[in-house]
Amino acid sequence: MSFLEYAPAPESTAILNLRDSYGLFIDGEFVDGHGAAFATISPSTEKRIAEVACADASDVDRAVAAARRAYDRTWSRMSGGDRGKYLFRIARLVQERARELAVAESLDNGKPIKETRDVDIPLVAAWFFYYAGWADKLEYAGLGSAPRALGVAAQVIPWNFPLLMLAWKIAPALAAGNTVVLKPAETTPLTALLFAEICQQADLPAGVVNIITGAGETGRALVSHDDVNKVAFTGSTPVGREIARAVAGTGKKLTLELGGKGANIVFDDAAMDQAVEGIVSGIFFNQGHVCCAGSRLLVQENIHDELVDRLKTRLSTLRLGDPLDKNTDIGAINSREQLDRIRALSEIGEQEGAERWSPACEIPSNGFWFAPTIFTNVSTSHRIARDEIFGPVLSVLTFRTPEEAVAKANNTPYGLSAGIWTEKASRMLALADRLRAGVVWANTFNKFDPASPFGGYKESGYGREGGRHGLAAYLEASGWQAPIESSAASPRSGRKARKAVAK
Amino acid sequence: MSRLSVPKTYKLAIGGAFPRSESGRTYVVTSPSGEFLANASLASRKDARDAVVAARGAQAKWAGATAYNRGQVLYRIAELLEGRRAQFVDEIVQSEGVTAAVAGAQVDATIDLWVWYAGWADKYAQVAGNGNPVSGPYFNLSVPDATGVVATIAPQDRTGVSLLGLAAVVAPIVLSGNTVVVVANEAAPLSAISLAEVLATSDVPGGVVNVLTGSPAELAPWLASHADVNALDLAGAGSLADGAWVDLQITAAETLKRVLPPVEGAPAPSLERITAFVETKTVWHTKAML
Repeated sequence: MSFLEYAPAPESTAILNLRDSYGLFIDGEFVDGHGAAFATISPSTEKRIAEVACADASDVDRAVAAARRAYDRTWSRMSGGDRGKYLFRIARLVQERARELAVAESLDNGKPIKETRDVDIPLVAAWFFYYAGWADKLEYAGLGSAPRALGVAAQVIPWNFPLLMLAWKIAPALAAGNTVVLKPAETTPLTALLFAEICQQADLPAGVVNIITGAGETGRALVSHDDVNKVAFTGSTPVGREIARAVAGTGKKLTLELGGKGANIVFDDAAMDQAVEGIVSGIFFNQGHVCCAGSRLLVQENIHDELVDRLKTRLSTLRLGDPLDKNTDIGAINSREQLDRIRALSEIGEQEGAERWSPACEIPSNGFWFAPTIFTNVSTSHRIARDEIFGPVLSVLTFRTPEEAVAKANNTPYGLSAGIWTEKASRMLALADRLRAGVVWANTFNKFDPASPFGGYKESGYGREGGRHGLAAYLEASGWQAPIESSAASPRSGRKARKAVAK
Repeated sequence: MSRLSVPKTYKLAIGGAFPRSESGRTYVVTSPSGEFLANASLASRKDARDAVVAARGAQAKWAGATAYNRGQVLYRIAELLEGRRAQFVDEIVQSEGVTAAVAGAQVDATIDLWVWYAGWADKYAQVAGNGNPVSGPYFNLSVPDATGVVATIAPQDRTGVSLLGLAAVVAPIVLSGNTVVVVANEAAPLSAISLAEVLATSDVPGGVVNVLTGSPAELAPWLASHADVNALDLAGAGSLADGAWVDLQITAAETLKRVLPPVEGAPAPSLERITAFVETKTVWHTKAML
């Protein structure tokens, strides 16, 4: 038995107590949907987990109406302190049910239990805990002395971090005093529905949080609903564009967290072992289903061969397989559709002349899988260096000077994330200044924290999630009275005074 | 007998130069009572694109200047405006048809606005940025960074804003390190071009402020769709026919520009107008385990 062989260590699913079918969570209760119900499956086995209702336009109406009632009658009248207490309760309930949520997330999404257990679910609890404390301190958020809630927020989230994206959306919205209607992705609705139960256990007033399931049509009806004051979306740039068009001229406040093509820049003086780990977590964490993934490796030319060799060695030790096995590093691709896209782009990479490599690894017979893949000999014009693949595929490019690294890193319509690996702090800071990216990780990658703002430049979207900045997405600033208006309106006493002094 | 005056030729301001429209077109600018004042350049699509190229070319260096330096450059504009106060009062009197006192108040407000914004250049980052207490051994700092190239439509009202309105949209955009392409007040564009002349002599690098005169209805769609424009300030676009500003916002969605909706009159000075055109960049760095 080599050191790479382990006995399976599956996490038990006995902790889950799932229903066979789930309705929509509207006004504090599960109700039937009026669209065609659909099954959510486990991407690692293609087995059905549960049936989920689909919200049509009338269901969206009902959910928005419930959120409006809850806003008018309850949530907007409640003290910030009490809103905070509800959020603290939710944070604690998430902690109490953490293992169950982790198992459900791995089952529904296909990501390794190691990740849901150690990253996703702890961050969900941390997000609610962080924003809970803001609820009665909004006047310190830098948005004026009396910032106001917006009203009803329509929130649409992706499938890559289902419950974590829910937390990023719901925690700041509720802390700021808004009520929400949230639509999880159609392939990963499960943990959002478990979260609805958590809202019930927390005795959250009915209608403050509404969860409606469905696909693109449901999301479209939700973001274009007339009685919504705020739209928040995380997902692909094409859908982000569509939402920006739909919201234009309506006065709805919009925040978008979209795609990326992050550059991970490695200088020849970098701590090589850490850099290799950072590159691996940058693109192979969560099967590369990460909008801020470091999908372009920019390596200084003189260490290219050595770094690629080390990367290959490291990738050969990654274990791909059952997401519920505690030894698994790489889980399943979330859907057949996404797998097809990753395959298509990888084939284009080969056709365009890049060199493809994957470690030898056994692919399970059922489910959706893609071996970690590295492309070398990639040039900036290649599709695999320009398009977001959203899978475990790394494109390796080289540079000689810091200027070239900056130019190549910024040569993309996206601007979400970047990584810098160097032992020289002055170079790191100079580079960080010039990278057009909302998050720059230096000598680390893919770190998230509720206190840290996250969001993109350019076509990666606008607005920030996390930290004090994340509150601005859900509040209307009360503004400051600019002192200039009074002095401009009155005769120019200042100038007269100066002339008098000059005499 | 009175002296025969020497009228000024009003041109565009692009990249620190003052070209005529490449199209060769001009339009007649009159006082509200219909008296001829000047032939202003009627900027074309090509002029708008040239202005964006100039703005992009100047952006990195302007953003790379120290905040103290940008603040001084903005303050210098106020100094020079003060020195040329009489000229601006005269132009506003002619083109808006208001009294010298009313025009003087607009010039004073404009000068004070530059001073107010100049002082923000090395302070807004301290208010808009943040050190973040993340859970782990990391240094974590959020700082605002200029969005890039911003296009804006200056307020279009017939009176009260021909100079102030332009300054009120341009100053908050450029102080953080953005560069701007601004479409001036169509009916009263003269003081906008004179302001550009002030900018050219007050240490503002060429290309930082590019002024187009002509039709906002014609120029704005090209700016809204231009892929190298990062943000769109529709301050004066509310005057366009049939709510055309909504179409501009829809066009801007194609490249996910940040869009600020129209306002009434000249926008009031505010920190929000500064932060509307900055991106928050968050830098993480590991701390060693000692």
